Amino acid sequence: MTAAQKSVSATRRIKVLLAKPGLDGHDQGAKVVVRALMDAGMEVIYTGLRQTPEAVARMALDEDVDVIALSSLAGSHVPFCTKLKPLLEASHLQDKLWVIGGNLPAQDHDALRQLGFTGIFPTGAKLDAIVDYIRQNVKEA
Amino acid sequence: MNDRAKDELKPITNESGIEVKPLYTAADVAASGGMAMVGQPGEYPFTRGIHRLMYRKQPWTMRQYAGFGNPADTNQRFKYLIANGQTGLNVAFDLPTQIGLDSDDPMASGEIGRVGMSVDTLRDFEVAFDGIDLNKITVSLTINGAAAILIAMYLAMAEKRGYDVKQLRGTAQNDILKEFIGRGTWIFPVEPSIRLVGDTIEYCAEHAPKYSPVSVCGYHIRESGANPAQEMAYAFCIAKAYADDVIKRGLHVDEFAGRLSYNFNIFGNLFEQVAKFRAGRGLWAKIMKEQYGAEKPGSMWLRMIAAGGGGGLTFEQPEVNIVRGAYYALISALSGTQTMALCSYDEAYTIPTEYSARISLRTMQLLIEEMGLTETVDPLGGSFYVETLTNQMRQKMEEIMAEVDAQGGIVKLVSEGAIQSKVSAQAYQMQRDIESGKFRKVGVNCYRNEKEEEHPVEFHPYNEEDTRVQIAGLNKIRAERDQNKVSQALARLSADASAGRNVMPALVEAVKAYATVGEMTNEMVKIFGRYQEPIRF
Repeated sequence: MTAAQKSVSATRRIKVLLAKPGLDGHDQGAKVVVRALMDAGMEVIYTGLRQTPEAVARMALDEDVDVIALSSLAGSHVPFCTKLKPLLEASHLQDKLWVIGGNLPAQDHDALRQLGFTGIFPTGAKLDAIVDYIRQNVKEA
Repeated sequence: MNDRAKDELKPITNESGIEVKPLYTAADVAASGGMAMVGQPGEYPFTRGIHRLMYRKQPWTMRQYAGFGNPADTNQRFKYLIANGQTGLNVAFDLPTQIGLDSDDPMASGEIGRVGMSVDTLRDFEVAFDGIDLNKITVSLTINGAAAILIAMYLAMAEKRGYDVKQLRGTAQNDILKEFIGRGTWIFPVEPSIRLVGDTIEYCAEHAPKYSPVSVCGYHIRESGANPAQEMAYAFCIAKAYADDVIKRGLHVDEFAGRLSYNFNIFGNLFEQVAKFRAGRGLWAKIMKEQYGAEKPGSMWLRMIAAGGGGGLTFEQPEVNIVRGAYYALISALSGTQTMALCSYDEAYTIPTEYSARISLRTMQLLIEEMGLTETVDPLGGSFYVETLTNQMRQKMEEIMAEVDAQGGIVKLVSEGAIQSKVSAQAYQMQRDIESGKFRKVGVNCYRNEKEEEHPVEFHPYNEEDTRVQIAGLNKIRAERDQNKVSQALARLSADASAGRNVMPALVEAVKAYATVGEMTNEMVKIFGRYQEPIRF
C-alpha cells in the first residue's frame, strides 16, 4: 500500500454507489458485491433495480461518492454507459472511480474503458479483486 | 462401520443442512420415518411420481427457453427447435415487455429484443406463433409482472386462429412473489400483484380450464441463494398464498389446483436433488389434501418443469457446462419431472445460439433414446440412502414452512425484504466459500486450466435494426387500429381494476382491440401504483 492510498483509508471510509442500470432484474451478484464492500469497511449505497442514467448521475453527485459502480447482466451495458458518461462529466464526476461488473463480453471491454469504466469485472471475477481494485484506485479528495 | 472408522471421517453436510453418512441401511430409513410416505406412483402421496406409468407412457416434454429480437426472428427459432424434435415452446420476452413498457418508451431504449422477443400488441403474438400448431406444441410464456396481459394475448391469439380456448393447453410463469425475491420483473406493489395472479387463475378456471396460468418458481429463489430445501419450501409458501387468494373468492380448491404447476432448479448434489423432488411431491400432496381439502388427485400433483441449472454453470471452461447439463438432465429424469429445459453451455456469456440450444436438446434426447431413463418409474426408489434423504428433506421443508408461518407468512416476509436479505446473505457466503475453495467448483477453484484458452463461445448477435423495425410496427398498429375500441377497453380495464373486479375480461377485450402492453400496464399502474423495492442487507 502506498502512502497516498493509506491516507485515503485512514482519513475516511470509501463511499460507493452501486447501481443496477436499465431494466435488468438479476441482482444476486450486485447484492453479493454490496456485502463484500461493506465487509471491507466501505460505505455502500445500493440503488435497487431499474436506474436510469440520470438517476445514477444524480445519486452519485448528491451522495458525494468516491466510486460509481454498475452491475449489468442483461447486455445493455454499452448503450447505458454511453448515456451515463456525459451526465457524470456534466456533474464533474470524472475524477471519481467508475467500475462495472456482470455479464460483460471481452469484446466490449475496450468500449467500456473508452467510456471511462476503468475497472471491469466480468462474471468469474473474485470479490477480493473488486475490493482491492477500489482500494488501490480511489483518488484522494 | 465401527466408531473409530467414523471418527476418522470428516463430517459432510449437504447444502440443505442434512448430514450425509458414508452408508445407509434399512435402519436409517426406519429412523427417518420409514416408508409411510412412499406409496405407489400415481397414488397419494405421489412421492414416486404423479402418474402410474410416468415416462413409459410418455417421455417428458422438452421445452428450451427461446426468444430474441422481433417476433419474426423468434418464430424462426421456434420452428428450428421444433424441427429438431422439441415438443414444447418456452418463450423468452425482452425486459421492456416483461415490465410492461412499449418498445418506444424511453426506458426501453437499448433493451429491445435483447434477452427475449419484444411484444407490444396482439400482432406480435400472431407473428411469433404463425405456422405453429398450438394443439401439438404447448407454449409456456415466461412472463410475470405483465403476465395477466400476455395470458390474455395468448388466449385471444389462439381464439382468433380458431382454437377452442376451453381445450387449449399451455403455461404462463406468472409467479410474481418470486420476482420480488429474485429476477426482478415486478411492476405493481405486492398486494395487487397477488390479486392479479388470482384473477388469472379464477379466469382460466372458467374460460380456459386446461391452461396452466401459474408456474410457481423455486428456480429463481435458488438462483438468488436459497438452498434446495428452502427452494421448494418457499415455493410452496408462495403457491399457498395464491391458492388462498383464489379460495377467498369462493372457488373450491379442486376447481383450480389441478392447473397449478411448478418450476424448479437442478444443480448441486445429485441425491439431494432427487430427494428434494420426491419429498416435495409427497409434501405438496399432503398440504393440498390435509390443509386445503383437495379431493381430486390432480389437485395434489406437483406438476413441474425442472432442470435449467443456470446457477451451477460456470463462466470458466464453458464446454464443461455441456457435461454439467447432461447430469442435470439425468437428475431431472430420475426425479420424475413433467417438462425439462436445460440452460445451454454458453448461457454465462450470451443467449444460446442455434448450435448450443441443439446440444441441450440432444442431451435430453440421449436420455430418452439411449440411456433407458424412460423405461422404469422412480428408479432410485427403495434405495436406503434416497428414501432416508427423502424423509429428511421433507422434514426440512416442513420446518422451513413452519418458520415462515411463525414469522408472519411469506407475503409479509417478501414485502419487508426479509427473504431477499436471507437468501442474499447465503449467496454471499456461498461466493466466499467458492473463492476460498471450501465449496468446490471444477474449473473455478480447482482443476483450472494453466492458461485459459480462448473460450469457444459464439456470441448471439444483437441486431440494432430490430428496434427500429419493432417501433415502426408498433406505430403502424397504433395508426390502423380502431381507437374508440381501444379507449373503451382501457376505460373498462381501469373501472374493473378500481372496483376490485377480475381484470381478465377487460384485458382480453383490450388485447383484441390491439391495445399495447404499455397502455394496459399504465391503466393498472394508475390504480395499483408501482412497487417500491425494500433495500435491506
